[in-house]
Amino acid sequence: MKHLKWPLVVILTFALLWMVAGFYAAGQPLYALAVLTLGASALVVYGSAKSLAWRYLFPGVTGMLVFVAFPLLYTVQIGFTNYSSANLLSQERARAYLLDQATIDEAQSLAFSLHPDGPSHRLVLTPPEGSDGPRYVSPALPLTNPDLQGGHIPMQVVLPGNDKFSEPLDLKQTLALRDALMGLTLELPSKKTLRYVGVREFGNIEPLWKANPDGSLTRVETATVHSPNTVTGYFQTAQGERMQPGFKVGIGWANYARLLFDADMRGPFISIFIWTVLFAGLTVFFATAVGMTLAVVLNWEALKYRTLYRTLLFLPYAVPGFISILVFKGLFNQNFGEINAILNAVFGVRPAWFSDPFLAKSMLLIVNTWLGYPYIMILCTGLIKAIPADLYEASAIAGAKPLTNFFRITVPLIARPLTPLLISAFAFNFNNFVLISLLTDGRPDYLNTKLPAGQTDILVSYTYRIAFTDAGANFGLAAAISTLIFLMVAVLSLANLKLAQVNDAKKG
Amino acid sequence: MAIVTGQSQRWRITGAHVALWILIAVTLFPLLAVISISLRPGNFSTGSLIPSEISLDHWKLALGISFTDAEGNLVKPPFPVLLWLWNSIKIATISALLIVAISTTAAYAFARMKFAHKGLILNSMLLLQMFPVAVALVAIFAIFEGIGATIPWLGIETHASVVVAYLGGVAMHIWTIKGYFETIPTEIEECAKVDGATHWQAFRLVLLPMAVPILMVVFVLAFIGVIIEYPVASILLREEANLTLAVGSKYYLYEQRYLWGDFAAAAVLSGLPITLVFLVAQKWIVSGLTAGGVKG
Repeated sequence: MKHLKWPLVVILTFALLWMVAGFYAAGQPLYALAVLTLGASALVVYGSAKSLAWRYLFPGVTGMLVFVAFPLLYTVQIGFTNYSSANLLSQERARAYLLDQATIDEAQSLAFSLHPDGPSHRLVLTPPEGSDGPRYVSPALPLTNPDLQGGHIPMQVVLPGNDKFSEPLDLKQTLALRDALMGLTLELPSKKTLRYVGVREFGNIEPLWKANPDGSLTRVETATVHSPNTVTGYFQTAQGERMQPGFKVGIGWANYARLLFDADMRGPFISIFIWTVLFAGLTVFFATAVGMTLAVVLNWEALKYRTLYRTLLFLPYAVPGFISILVFKGLFNQNFGEINAILNAVFGVRPAWFSDPFLAKSMLLIVNTWLGYPYIMILCTGLIKAIPADLYEASAIAGAKPLTNFFRITVPLIARPLTPLLISAFAFNFNNFVLISLLTDGRPDYLNTKLPAGQTDILVSYTYRIAFTDAGANFGLAAAISTLIFLMVAVLSLANLKLAQVNDAKKG
Repeated sequence: MAIVTGQSQRWRITGAHVALWILIAVTLFPLLAVISISLRPGNFSTGSLIPSEISLDHWKLALGISFTDAEGNLVKPPFPVLLWLWNSIKIATISALLIVAISTTAAYAFARMKFAHKGLILNSMLLLQMFPVAVALVAIFAIFEGIGATIPWLGIETHASVVVAYLGGVAMHIWTIKGYFETIPTEIEECAKVDGATHWQAFRLVLLPMAVPILMVVFVLAFIGVIIEYPVASILLREEANLTLAVGSKYYLYEQRYLWGDFAAAAVLSGLPITLVFLVAQKWIVSGLTAGGVKG
């Protein structure tokens, strides 16, 4: 083992450097840096004898740093950029994309045919029908050799008397050599270059853009200069005419300004914020009301079959959420749903659960209460068991009724330990993306908004919409909203921590 | 029972039983309804909740078997449910194994070793875990898109990316295993070390065999957690053949192509095993919930 260690470290170091170089060569210096940092710390941790504890900690801590902490920071950073489907690439890649664009000069294309010559092929170019001009022939090309190097291939004019070639390949055989043909650049004696442009033709490809030394691009056709503008994130002319695609740049607080000061954004944003708070608050309220009542009733020793009841009432928690939410989606369907079938049979009504905003919100609260009360029930059951029985004996002597017991003894005693858990439940529902996304997908939508926004959207489903489902794919704006959500979650978590500490202090 | 009971006690008990049964009926209605719907012919028919005629068509489709309907048309399964189930199980098994491995070693360090900033690291891990992953989706998407540009097998649309993305969620599990390790007396390992065992040997050969029960629990918890995870999987996986069950199931209920009966069968087929596992693991899950919650 001892002798193996250092050679192994050296080999791993080289492997790491190779990977880093790979990322760097792919134009991603930040990833290269990240891989380098992680790899180097792994080598230090496992290579040196001192860091014993970190050998055990490293994988877990790294996982959390890379996939929990880093995405948080990265989100904050994206919130200050214009990252979106229109500004997706880095400036270098946007420039490379523009430089790749080219036009094909149809009039100057030449038909080609391939003629076997031993194991190689000769390529013959023929002017299109009706126009005259010389034919050209290439040297023997090893097209079937996978290592064929591209590069300029000199073409020669076919002289009369020397124009007999073997039978040309048919279309299917030609297509089989397509990849090799696409790599060729043919150079005519006039120094004009031709490239593969179609299954039968080689043509003249003219690049649309020319790079200038100062980083700007010149459009070949019109000779207009487009300079990269690092404020707007586009290559644009002095008059401000923009070229797609744009590139990613920092835009400071613009996303936040848009949320707070652009009237078209602020309206839906504030409504969605209010609904998010209401949704989380009411869910916790209803789930607690149902769950706590059940916990109290099921703690009543005179009642038989309590274990059976508890198991049956726990079931909603055991069914995977994505399945029960979709089941409700089907049951609430206006036309084919079983709930409306029952309501129609009994009351003769068919409520539009998904298109009426108030009903949609009520439905979300009903479903979320169903999903959430078992958790509260379990928590309260545990807390009620810890209440000393002599308190109830004393109240019984005083002639108190069950309701008095509940409000004067049970609630005050479990309220304190329950509060941090309820805050956690509030924070969870504040970001209950799965429920909204699967049940209503935020619909019905507000009318007349610039970006689609739903009446039942909560903040986190709204950001998902902005980032992933809307055609604009505005990652920057979505990240700005996410950052605001982080702040709120952080406040809630700190409040929670404080309360828990106060509780511990009281207990201690 | 020390509480003095009044005359109305009997009535109250009967009332409580009736109220509980009504509540249970309402609560279990969706679950029973979906079983009955899965056995009812057709995707649209409403009406009786107890099917008058049992049809196994939806179940055949859920199991990937084509059949010929009354008019002689061949009905093919709308979605590859079994493939999705397999994807889910594959991702969940691999992630859960890795999560157990990572959190066990980290928990060992937290439970048994002294190092700088131990409390700080533990607390920041718990705090970090409170930020929902759904909020950082944009960043997660961007990260894997960047990785995929250089390492294609770890980019968007790969199961490996989903597995790797799940490895961040270990704080709760570290906490659970750490608690268990702390109940095992240190003397046993110290004896092993006196006999010449290294740290790693003491951990691997002495402590781990004693911790197998908690490792099973954490495995089951992590497994279920991954199976029901929706947000991350929904942005990293888009192609039909790649989806997990949690992402794929919603495609049954599109307004334009509403496959209610087919969905019901697929939901029962995939939901039942997970529910049973959850009920079996219930005891540990509940104790984990309350313990973790109160502490944290």
